[in-house]
Amino acid sequence: MCCDNSKDQYFDELSNFIDNLEDKNGALITVLHKAQNLFGFLSQDVQKFVAKKLNIPVSKVNGVVTFYSYFTEEPTGKYVVNICMGTACFVKGSGDVLSEFENKLKIKVGETTEDGKFTLQVLRCVGACGLAPVVTINDKVYGHFTKQMVDKILDEYKE
Amino acid sequence: MNIKSKERFNLNKINSYKELEKTYELYSEKLKASHFSDESQSSLETNSPKRYITVCGGTGCKSADSDLIITNLRSEIEKAGLAEDVTVSITGCFGFCEKGPIVKISPDNVFYVHVTPDDAYDIVNGHLVNGEAVERLLYEEPSIKQKVKRQDEMSFYKKQHRIALRNCGLINPEEISESIGCKGYLALGKVLTEMSPDDVIKLMIDSGLRGRGGGGFPTGKKWQFAKAYENDQKYIICNADEGDPGAFMDRSILEGDPNSVLEAMAIAGYAIGASKGVIYIRAEYPLAVNRLRIAIEQATELGLLGDNILGTDFSFNLDIRYGAGAFVCGEETALIHSVEGCRGEPTNKPPFPAESGLWNKPTCVNNVETLANIPAIILNGAEWYSSIGTATSKGTKVFALAGKINNVGLVEVPMGTTLREIIYDIGGGIKNGRKFKAVQTGGPSGGCIPASNLDIAIDYESLTSIGSMMGSGGMIVMDEDNCMVDIAKFYLEFTVEESCGKCTPCRVGNKRLLEILTKITNGQGTEEDLKKLKELGETIKDTSLCGLGQTAPNPILSTMKYFMDEYEAHVKDKTCPSGVCKNLLKFDITNKCIGCTKCSRNCPVSCISGKVKELHIIDQNKCIKCGACLNGCPVDAIVKK
Repeated sequence: MCCDNSKDQYFDELSNFIDNLEDKNGALITVLHKAQNLFGFLSQDVQKFVAKKLNIPVSKVNGVVTFYSYFTEEPTGKYVVNICMGTACFVKGSGDVLSEFENKLKIKVGETTEDGKFTLQVLRCVGACGLAPVVTINDKVYGHFTKQMVDKILDEYKE
Repeated sequence: MNIKSKERFNLNKINSYKELEKTYELYSEKLKASHFSDESQSSLETNSPKRYITVCGGTGCKSADSDLIITNLRSEIEKAGLAEDVTVSITGCFGFCEKGPIVKISPDNVFYVHVTPDDAYDIVNGHLVNGEAVERLLYEEPSIKQKVKRQDEMSFYKKQHRIALRNCGLINPEEISESIGCKGYLALGKVLTEMSPDDVIKLMIDSGLRGRGGGGFPTGKKWQFAKAYENDQKYIICNADEGDPGAFMDRSILEGDPNSVLEAMAIAGYAIGASKGVIYIRAEYPLAVNRLRIAIEQATELGLLGDNILGTDFSFNLDIRYGAGAFVCGEETALIHSVEGCRGEPTNKPPFPAESGLWNKPTCVNNVETLANIPAIILNGAEWYSSIGTATSKGTKVFALAGKINNVGLVEVPMGTTLREIIYDIGGGIKNGRKFKAVQTGGPSGGCIPASNLDIAIDYESLTSIGSMMGSGGMIVMDEDNCMVDIAKFYLEFTVEESCGKCTPCRVGNKRLLEILTKITNGQGTEEDLKKLKELGETIKDTSLCGLGQTAPNPILSTMKYFMDEYEAHVKDKTCPSGVCKNLLKFDITNKCIGCTKCSRNCPVSCISGKVKELHIIDQNKCIKCGACLNGCPVDAIVKK
């Protein structure tokens, strides 16, 4: 997601973002959202940086990062494949779609392929239950997903 | 303020209630001329060439290219020389998500479903130029197998009573003038100029409105408590962290009608004496966040939010905070900790948030759907609202109808409607002609309701009495292909993952429940396990700290109550009657086999043997129950037991 040059740039941007906050009190989750947006994941370095800037213990930052499922401490692949495991999708067979992705990508949920291209995750409801089962790849939403579609969709993201 | 929206809504600051009423009159006339169909005229027969096309811009339809549909419609309209008379605009969710993307033409009231960007030509040239509705894009009523032209003729909409969803699918949510044209902010104006905070609270108590997020606590009472605590700063929080997987009404309201929610928050602020509001919203809802930001910007620009609203002394400022994916944050105290930037763990009540909430100040937390009802109640009166519904539950409720049902979507019905009416009349019955097995309400905190209870009139009390609950309004329909033990396990997996870990019954107890269920679905369960499930489930309900743990065993207890036969089949006969639990399945090849060898080639673990033109055999010890053989068999010779 990022190389060393851009990393410095991201730290600068994050620093600016924190300095410009109207109220630093209670802003930790807002700051972590911004940081994850920039870096793709929340490494120990980033967590330490945030703790220092907000003047709170690193343990508190890490406590929050690990509490919420939206935050990740592992780098993710270029494309993040999310299978919706909300109830509406589950009763319509999203479990089968998930196992097909696991088979084809040869990784388990939460893992990233060796080439760093795909990360496989599950999420709870994107609120598009009319399209169930739903799969999202980065920001694109695919509806009425069947396991037969897995190959074709992965092909689209070959590059 | 982005320039584009400023050019479009072209309104100046509104300095008083009177000015707001004038603005309303102006824009409601404009809306009437374009949006609303004249009931006396049948479709396509209006004399005026003016047409207004609305295209659904909700999350579902947007992901199916509704933006491109708008672009294509505009270019076809340009080509046909109709640009003067025809306007194309986005609107919020129509609720009929299964059939999206949806395009509606007003004033004809013609409703097109499953529209693709390529259909723009036919819609413009067929409907607009030749005056003939595009038959193939009309909705087909499943019960009579006939195409229906007008929205008001569709059975999906006929039985609905839309209060919270009144503007969704009607107005452009990114255009505050359209909201004002539909009486937006008039209730706030009325409250600020004609009513005291106590009047407002009394009206809310009289209306009988109860919290729509799950708890069902009377909204007026909640405001009364928060008002009673004196403090220099109080807060209104809008809970938009819709965590119930399978419910999406809050997202839809925020995407389709954000101004009603903002207006209601300001009204609540006036009632309890709060000058600040926070909207706590899921980060997974980027479109809703964007629409909220636009609405806040426009409302602040017009003086409908911010300092000295409508020239009065009342000020109300809003802030948006993101959730980060934690179901437990639906619980008020956990939500408040999350807004403060901490781990979202609940704390003991009392003290209730009304006394000590955000930053230890008196705080009132209301859910999105609850708030969306409030402006309508203020304008139409408590009597009007309390005349709808049942003795204990007033008004309407939005349900997210999903699962194995023909018409998936959002439906708003009066309290007291039966489950049968919702599933069969509005929902169009079960998909693919399968048999109904159960409907799950209340999400992970609720329970499964069997066919024998379908005629129960829905309200808070009736659902609780049959072992389920209203919850936030998720309604997932299941058919005979769903295994109830597997469903219970699915919900337990959810609550185990989402348990914050603070109290032992929830952290450890639910984990044990899940282990027992896993054992049963793997075919290793005993009758003793069934007893343990029940005992442990009831203990967890009685001893957990917050609502999450207190309701987590509900999916198990309700399925054990109504579908004990399925549990027993898993435990005693080691079979899964619905054919879902893989370890209990057995694949067999019958005499129908023609010996084509396809199954043995398809089998990923090479466990099928047999010669060409001879009956094949599955080695049960090696079989992984993937079903590849069954799906590929050309003569249906393979059976799943």
